[in-house]
Amino acid sequence: MNLWQEKDCFVPRNDNMNKEKIIEVQNLTKQFGNFTAVKSISFDVYKGEIFGFLGANGAGKTTAMKMLIGISKPTSGEALVAGFDVKTNTEMVKKSIGYMSQKFSMYDDLTIKENITFFGGIYGLSKARIKEKTMQLVEELRLHDSIDKLVGSLPLGWKQKLSFSVALLHEPKIVFLDEPTGGVDPITRRQFWEMIYAEANKGTTIFVTTHYMDEAEYCDRISIMVEGVIEALDSPKNLKNKYNVASMNDVFLKLARNVESP
Amino acid sequence: MSIQVQNISKSYNKIKAIDAISFEVNDGELFGLIGPDGAGKTTIFRILTTLLLANEGSASVAGFDIVKDYKAIRNSVGYMPGKFSLYQDLSVEENLKFFAAIFGTTIEENYDLIKDIYIQIEPYKTRRARALSGGMKQKLALCCALIHKPKVLFLDEPTTGVDPVSRKEFWEMLKRLQQKGITILVSTPYMDEAALCDRIALIQKGSILKIDEPRNIIKDYQKIIYDVKAKNRHQLILDLKKYPSQYSVFAFGEYIHYIDKNEDFNAADLDNYLKKQLHTEIEIRISNPTIEDVFMDL
Repeated sequence: MNLWQEKDCFVPRNDNMNKEKIIEVQNLTKQFGNFTAVKSISFDVYKGEIFGFLGANGAGKTTAMKMLIGISKPTSGEALVAGFDVKTNTEMVKKSIGYMSQKFSMYDDLTIKENITFFGGIYGLSKARIKEKTMQLVEELRLHDSIDKLVGSLPLGWKQKLSFSVALLHEPKIVFLDEPTGGVDPITRRQFWEMIYAEANKGTTIFVTTHYMDEAEYCDRISIMVEGVIEALDSPKNLKNKYNVASMNDVFLKLARNVESP
Repeated sequence: MSIQVQNISKSYNKIKAIDAISFEVNDGELFGLIGPDGAGKTTIFRILTTLLLANEGSASVAGFDIVKDYKAIRNSVGYMPGKFSLYQDLSVEENLKFFAAIFGTTIEENYDLIKDIYIQIEPYKTRRARALSGGMKQKLALCCALIHKPKVLFLDEPTTGVDPVSRKEFWEMLKRLQQKGITILVSTPYMDEAALCDRIALIQKGSILKIDEPRNIIKDYQKIIYDVKAKNRHQLILDLKKYPSQYSVFAFGEYIHYIDKNEDFNAADLDNYLKKQLHTEIEIRISNPTIEDVFMDL
């Protein structure tokens, strides 16, 4: 991957990470009728951090994430994302973040170029800026021959790398990645993470969910949600020490339970 | 022989989805098709379950020809497609009853087969399928695929998007079904699940690269892989990639897997190089290869 070799940075990331809070969550709660999907969770995410947001299916991850990206109103509690209140200032929240998921990334029946133009427009980039960004992406992702291809015709791994770049078009402070590598082949999965590292090195905060436990090891800190609460939050190393196991997979199996909501 | 596939090819709009694929699955075997998205796994499933016609080649399932005896095959196999394909508007119980009725059976008749799985979703039997969590949906889909007591079970990426706890439980269920004599063909993009199969076919871009028992595939791997670790992981990847004799550099959980081009590679040289690049807390040791390492080097 050429993209990130040009952006070498010799400052050790972990040491350099200043403790500026970019996401602040206090007692965030979401109820659906009688059911509490997210139970008063509190945590902070720091600038430039790669924050892994893990949990079993149904643990409340998606609900929590929806509140943080400003598309679901909390029942109670507070969250500031890039300094903006997710209850009252959702438009500013949305402007400050990028988002991509496995399910929705780009429009399959638009070409790569059209998708970039479309999303650039949505994010309010000027025509000149969109053009500049398009050229930059063509170079970085080596898209010279495929810029006019339909996104639907691309292999999944390509699509995911591209949509990560599209989610960063407006240079957001935080990017939310919801299972970005699900089903992606092992080599592309790693190239994707190298893109994540490079972006985090530039100071962008990465908030990521994954079911690949080897990827959990690549995060600076991990939270594990179980039945609506954050059961653990620490660096992968500290979590492994704490639970006295060899891998993040074992940490996860110790903590997470697969319970259906009542 | 439960499944026999000979030189099956299939193209979509001149693009070859699978190219002259051949393999056999023995009675009662748990056989895995391991490969990433786009490898052609789903095409193979659709051809073997008689939902798609191959352009070339022949195949039989449970002794029936996939073209001539397609009706018999449909009665003797269970199929769980990658995409959740039950009726979202029907409840758990209604879905199960529906599939039982279609196959001319009842839940009671084959309850023994699905019991272990069904009791986990039974508390929610009046809930509509769409309101279930991912793990529960998957269990219901498995029950529906089993309700007519199939001889062969086809599971297309049953664990994609499923968390590690549910994945573990799912594989335990598969092992129990296998003990009941059901032959299982399962596909997965998770390489760690490969080790749980009796035999696997590694598949990429429409071709089978290797078929064997997982441990033999690992045993046959010749290259030496080193686990490398340092405090700054990102910089470590960058610097390892610049090391003149590097063959491959890939993040692997806590460590970076490093392979060198030279047979007389000396780990101390690499250690010195990394120290010169100002790395700290350097660790280098020989690693045990995994299926994922083998796959990535094919």
